[in-house]
Amino acid sequence: MKTGAEILCECLLKEGVEVVFGFPGGVLLPLYDTFPKYPELRHILVRHEQGAAHAADAYARVTGKIGVCLATSGPGATNLVTGIANAYLDSAPMLAITGQVPTFFIGKDAFQEVDITGVTIPITKYNHLVLDAAELAEYIREAIYVAQSGRPGPVLLDIPRDVLQTKTDFVFPEKVDLPGYKPKLFGHPAQIKKASDLINTVERPVIIAGRGVNVSRAFAELKELAEKSQIPVVTTFLGIGCFPESHVLSYGWLGMHGMGYANKAIHHSDLVVAIGMRFDDRATGVVSAFAPQARIIHIDIDAAEIGKNLNADVPIVGDIKNVLQVLNKQITKREHVSWLSQLDEWRAIHPATEVRDHEGLLPQYIIRQIHEVTKGDTIIVTDVGQHQMWAGQYFFYDKPNSFVSSGGLGTMGFGLPASIGAKVGAPHETVWCICGDGGFQMTVQELATMVQENLDINIAVMNNGWLGMVRQWQELIYEKRYFGTQLYNPDFVKIAEAYGIKGVKVNKKIDVRPAIEKAMAHKGPFLIEFVVEPEENVYPFVPPGKTLVEFLEMPSPSGSLKK
Amino acid sequence: MTRKHILVALVQDKPGVLNRIASTLRRRNFNIESIAVGHIEIPHLSRMTITLEGDDAKVEQVRKQLDRVVEVIRISDITYENPVEREMAMIKVKASASTRSEIIQIVDIFRANIVDVSPDSLIIVAVGNQEKVETFIELLRGFGIRELSRTGTIALPRGGAGPLTIDESKPLRHVVEHVLTEEEENLPNW
Repeated sequence: MKTGAEILCECLLKEGVEVVFGFPGGVLLPLYDTFPKYPELRHILVRHEQGAAHAADAYARVTGKIGVCLATSGPGATNLVTGIANAYLDSAPMLAITGQVPTFFIGKDAFQEVDITGVTIPITKYNHLVLDAAELAEYIREAIYVAQSGRPGPVLLDIPRDVLQTKTDFVFPEKVDLPGYKPKLFGHPAQIKKASDLINTVERPVIIAGRGVNVSRAFAELKELAEKSQIPVVTTFLGIGCFPESHVLSYGWLGMHGMGYANKAIHHSDLVVAIGMRFDDRATGVVSAFAPQARIIHIDIDAAEIGKNLNADVPIVGDIKNVLQVLNKQITKREHVSWLSQLDEWRAIHPATEVRDHEGLLPQYIIRQIHEVTKGDTIIVTDVGQHQMWAGQYFFYDKPNSFVSSGGLGTMGFGLPASIGAKVGAPHETVWCICGDGGFQMTVQELATMVQENLDINIAVMNNGWLGMVRQWQELIYEKRYFGTQLYNPDFVKIAEAYGIKGVKVNKKIDVRPAIEKAMAHKGPFLIEFVVEPEENVYPFVPPGKTLVEFLEMPSPSGSLKK
Repeated sequence: MTRKHILVALVQDKPGVLNRIASTLRRRNFNIESIAVGHIEIPHLSRMTITLEGDDAKVEQVRKQLDRVVEVIRISDITYENPVEREMAMIKVKASASTRSEIIQIVDIFRANIVDVSPDSLIIVAVGNQEKVETFIELLRGFGIRELSRTGTIALPRGGAGPLTIDESKPLRHVVEHVLTEEEENLPNW
């Protein structure tokens, strides 16, 4: 006989879970009383439940394993909601466990009672309120299976206090019995044949590779497809890293702040091979004018994504690795010399990754310096805003899953806790957390978590004194009517110091590199506050309501481009 | 083209399923015209019939999203499969000595049934497709309807095996190790 809490711990261990990001509370006490019996299950105490969810999310993205977060009932559970939504939109496998008031109190508006399964229906793949300890093991097994298989996503189990305390026989279910859940793993042969016929005949093909390639770990297959058929590869923002950016066929990433040449390539292509991406509005610009001359091959494991935003000429539902393995056998060796040289020409006219010569401290310069010092061998975790786009543009990603960012939900406050999850998931990798001054303050309390766990994380805060991305829109679209975007900031180095974290403030270009090197040499968390140009804008910029090729570029002559 | 669609779904009989389905439809701004749920011949399974207005492509999109719901085993749009549709209405209508015989005549024409009689009212049960039930209700309106309750449409496609038929050739149970073979896949219908 085991208690519900013991069953929970044993199931997590059997499923290969090593870390739980959590925050205790009244109804979770039976579980926290049980944790010491399972020392192989590492509990990391966060300072706010949102941090637990983001950490679990990033842990999952870096490791490919399920991330687990834990919160108490009521406010603890609702604090997870943002993080769950973030994982849902970016398809990260995550198990959220929430405590619930005892079963005899449910539905009576008891202290700290919230119907969290009701709240999270639209942002979970699967959730359940477990009312019987005897069913707990089965629900955990099902939830973890659903979260990790098919298109991954968050799941939630709500467990009342008395269920955690009830003793019952424990049998770990060997099989998952979900007759309604059947991810399609293999693409239809007839559709794959159609796709290969197209790839073998068109003249101006482009691959758009999304996060699905990262999830499916189809890196070698993608490379083979691109190389064999000489197709240029553009990634989505969340696809960054799935194809080495130093590769001769890599042409950056698309979308609102994507490279001009990537957007042009797509606009003028005659075939788009969309792999593991969902034609998000930030990626497509005006969707009716997206790739107007192209036929679309859309490969995704989620049938509901196909035809959602854009009609596909060749829909292929299946796991990307499997589909590409079959597809690669059917494609012939091809050359697209003139098409590729056209792309190179566009790249020359629309440089997007060169840091311009400028006396003041540019965020782009800092990102490039981090790239040079780390030689690209680091995991970059970003928050949301201008710095996020620059981190995508000015760092070159050659390693899969080395870029962790909140894409779909655009959650400010994601960066700091996500860097904790990334470091815990990949302890031997260098981790850089790049934040803006706005987002950093949304989850700043997680600095304490870093200190308590002594996590070797390098934090770069780009302090421009503004909510920069919003300010940029106010400047360019709302005729500089700035409102609600200027920040009165604390001294970030002193904040770090108060948490027991070493830090330096950098105002000048000359101090950038030594500061980065110092952070890298330091064991444990280290914070650099970069006081950057306040009104720098992110370019290229496809204004809302415009097509991908109507991007704005950096107005000259604010500085000549450095070759 | 916007028209009435009939979706039929086989779902696991678990709490929250109806909620998830309704939530998905709400999110896509569909107005559910009717939804009818009941057990089927296999234990722990229910069948849902959902009728809603919408354009073909949008309904197909939401059908795929509903198919993602873990507890949904199969879901199919049978609008174009010439289904047999029925719904039932219970109507309590005012009936005095002078109007009763006229009401009974209408009930006979529509092959409805009178299931309860009281001095000043009748309860009538009518079964038919939506159009017939609505015409019937319209005819009774003049007599004074006191209470009305409708079940919403249920439907079965005509002919042999339907899209939700469960037999040995389409196994229901899937386990972790089970991988769909290519033969099990059907050409997608989009």
